[in-house]
Amino acid sequence: MYEKDGESYFVVDGHIHFWDASEANWVPGAERYAKGWIECFKAYNGLGPPETQWDFEHFQKYSVDDALGDLFERGHIDVAILQPTYLTEWYTEGFNTTERNAQLVAAAPDRFILNTRWDPREGDEGMRAFEEKVARYGCKGVKLYTAEWRQGSRGWSLRDPEAFRFLERCLELGIKNVHLHKGPTIWPLDKDAFDVSDVDQAATEFGDLNFIVDHVGLPRLEDFCFIAVQEPNVYAGLSVVTGGLMHARPNYFAKVMGELLFFVGEDRMLFGSDYAIWEPQWQVERFVDWNFPASDEFADYAPLTTAGKKKILGLNAARLYGLDVPAQCQLEAAQPTAGS
Amino acid sequence: MTDDPLAADTGPDLIGAVQEALGRVLDPELDEPITELGFVASCTVDRATGRVEVHLRLPTFFCAPNFAWLMVADAREAVAAVPGVEAVEVVLGGHFAGDEINGGVADGRGFVEAFPGLAEAELDELRAQFRRKAVLAATDRVCRPLLRSGWTPPGLALLTLGDAPPSPEKARLIARRRDLDLSAGPDAPLVIDPATGDAVERSAVARHLQQARLSRVSTETNGELCRSLLAERYPVLHINRRAG
Repeated sequence: MYEKDGESYFVVDGHIHFWDASEANWVPGAERYAKGWIECFKAYNGLGPPETQWDFEHFQKYSVDDALGDLFERGHIDVAILQPTYLTEWYTEGFNTTERNAQLVAAAPDRFILNTRWDPREGDEGMRAFEEKVARYGCKGVKLYTAEWRQGSRGWSLRDPEAFRFLERCLELGIKNVHLHKGPTIWPLDKDAFDVSDVDQAATEFGDLNFIVDHVGLPRLEDFCFIAVQEPNVYAGLSVVTGGLMHARPNYFAKVMGELLFFVGEDRMLFGSDYAIWEPQWQVERFVDWNFPASDEFADYAPLTTAGKKKILGLNAARLYGLDVPAQCQLEAAQPTAGS
Repeated sequence: MTDDPLAADTGPDLIGAVQEALGRVLDPELDEPITELGFVASCTVDRATGRVEVHLRLPTFFCAPNFAWLMVADAREAVAAVPGVEAVEVVLGGHFAGDEINGGVADGRGFVEAFPGLAEAELDELRAQFRRKAVLAATDRVCRPLLRSGWTPPGLALLTLGDAPPSPEKARLIARRRDLDLSAGPDAPLVIDPATGDAVERSAVARHLQQARLSRVSTETNGELCRSLLAERYPVLHINRRAG
């Protein structure tokens, strides 16, 4: 819980990782991809305040104790949602698997939500592995990374019939929340890999599932907003927006927030630090203090209220994941959260 | 670029012409010149032989290979068209698909052939798709000041391109509309749908401009992120920026 100026905020970090990108974990023959991936992450880390940037070795692999300290002792986080990214073609034990994330959960079981994943290209075998993880870890959400490489394939689409089979199974298993991340490669390579339009059809077909689009579809904010306007079960995951823009490009942070508040609305926006790319502490503190800059450029955007910040920082995610919110962090009767 | 040791003893005219040609090459996704984005790492011009070598770099190892291909191909084509240039080599470095892209473009192969089994079509439609986004963003840049000066959105439906005051933003809008073979003369409507070329109806202009602003914010934010990441990846960026 974070307290500021007499207000109490229940903070859910909707997007964190516990990865191992150390050289010992690089797949022989795929070292350039494993190295390229973590170097790319490190560049994003450089967009945060200088005092929050890590040295490369620490960034490649950090401990359970590091994570607990960064998230809960210093980071103001009440509950953190672990989103896996497998990348087993490049990392021997995977980059950030459900199993590895479970090590973190074991150290503080009440503070984490452990999401898992599936990949439609893995067929029946993948389905069984998915079911097994749900049974073992009690997962309530999945994180899907469509640009993941697999045996020569450079990605998949949520439009694939096989993907619908997995979405149906999600419903049957009681998994409500589907987090989606677009990456730079997807078959066929001549199409825009960052296009989020495949989310549209899935969201229409599966009205009982919530689709949280990570990084608000950046770099395709407009495509994402176009879908979110039409689909009430599509949500904006703010990771990278806060971490990558709030410090490095504050005016663009304000513009992106303005567009999201206008097109998507404060009831469907979810905070995420993207730890360990960025630590949550500065993001939570600065977000609570944030307002639109006093300039004509931002005059068209409606202000974000304290109630709106409370929703974005935690109440919206608490609603999606069924978390108990302490009484002092809830909105007063005059500030109902839509859909509750 | 001019402080490149190999370029130092070559003719200023050829260097200038090559630089100007590179300055007309746009990142098709960000709609900005690759020179201004810092994507030209070096450019070597050999006056004696007319040989030019251009090295490109991108913000991340995993930047989308389709846009990377277009920039390499466009840079090659632009430089090759400069009078006095006899041979061009464009090399994209630090990219996961650099070998496929550099080899494919140099050999004049298409994108599909360079990525066997991974691509279905050439990149014309992708390019057109982003040109339509660029028209939208450019429309916002021209119309936003008009709204500030008192025009209402429906009122803008009455204006032509010729009615808008001259500005770099207007020149950019005209250029982007021409790229798509859309109407771009002084008598053409100011606010058009880039997909159809038709004028946007009075009642639909307000909504159209909301979309245009969103497209602009999306593209410009993407550009800012790319600049930030490039500076993280190549901390000596400023040296080249000063030179280029």
